[in-house]
Amino acid sequence: MKFGVIQFPGSCDERDALAAAARVGDAVLLWHRDRDLRGVDAVIVPGGFSYGDYLRAGALARFSPIMVEVERFARHGGLVLGICNGFQVLCEAALLPGALLPNTSLRFVCRQVDLIVVNAHTSWTGACARGDRLSIPAKHQTGRYWAPDPVLDELEANDQVVLRYATGNGFNGSSRDIAGVCNKAGNVLGLMPHPEHAVDPLTGSADGLRLFESAALIAA
Amino acid sequence: MRARVLIRPKAGILDPQGQAVERVLPALGFEGVRNVHIGRLVELDVEDPAHLPAMCEQLLANPLVEDYEIVGTGEA
Repeated sequence: MKFGVIQFPGSCDERDALAAAARVGDAVLLWHRDRDLRGVDAVIVPGGFSYGDYLRAGALARFSPIMVEVERFARHGGLVLGICNGFQVLCEAALLPGALLPNTSLRFVCRQVDLIVVNAHTSWTGACARGDRLSIPAKHQTGRYWAPDPVLDELEANDQVVLRYATGNGFNGSSRDIAGVCNKAGNVLGLMPHPEHAVDPLTGSADGLRLFESAALIAA
Repeated sequence: MRARVLIRPKAGILDPQGQAVERVLPALGFEGVRNVHIGRLVELDVEDPAHLPAMCEQLLANPLVEDYEIVGTGEA
């Protein structure tokens, strides 16, 4: 299993994503100006502030050369995980439905949150069971997931809501406590909390590793 | 042509920036202020203003959550 982690100018979580992926497979860094995914089996769009988050979070990164390849890869069923800023990039690229708006508090919030696995049949949650509780850190100012109500209804009907904040754990005002959504096929997942920061009990939780293990199961 | 693009949060989407400003104004003694919304202003010189709507749709605004209004302001 070979993971590729994209580095944009302003990315800041690509090293943790590489380290997390390297626990379950090989991991290489991909540069935003490249047009080559180097034969990876899965692409991770990491957290940070790509291109300074100028204009809107994720809006400029979405047009970087490597994203052309990521879009092609995703549409052919390739595994793609967008974490935090990566989730914003995937929404801007319309690989995932909806948008991320500023937290209702307008504050940057950094805290450990409990997530509930709502769909354990995606490429990134296959190592989990429905109802599992994952303790993972979240740290963002622009994480209020929003989509029009008919779209939210459709996402729920299609089982595209993959992760929700557990009761009392939501802090950003997301519609229906949504923390992560996938595309219809289930190969592209975006979430605001950071599984790559929760891969070793030494730092409080290794629950985030389950997402990387899920992807490795697919490739096996 | 010098153009201005006004970008606003779509009606019905919670705008916490607007709400915060709306709450602060009465504290300064400015009563009777309602429906405060905060958006973005993009100013640009364009050779072909016909490109502006596509620029807005593809980049300057996120049409899912924002409305945009193109305001021409004369020669560059």
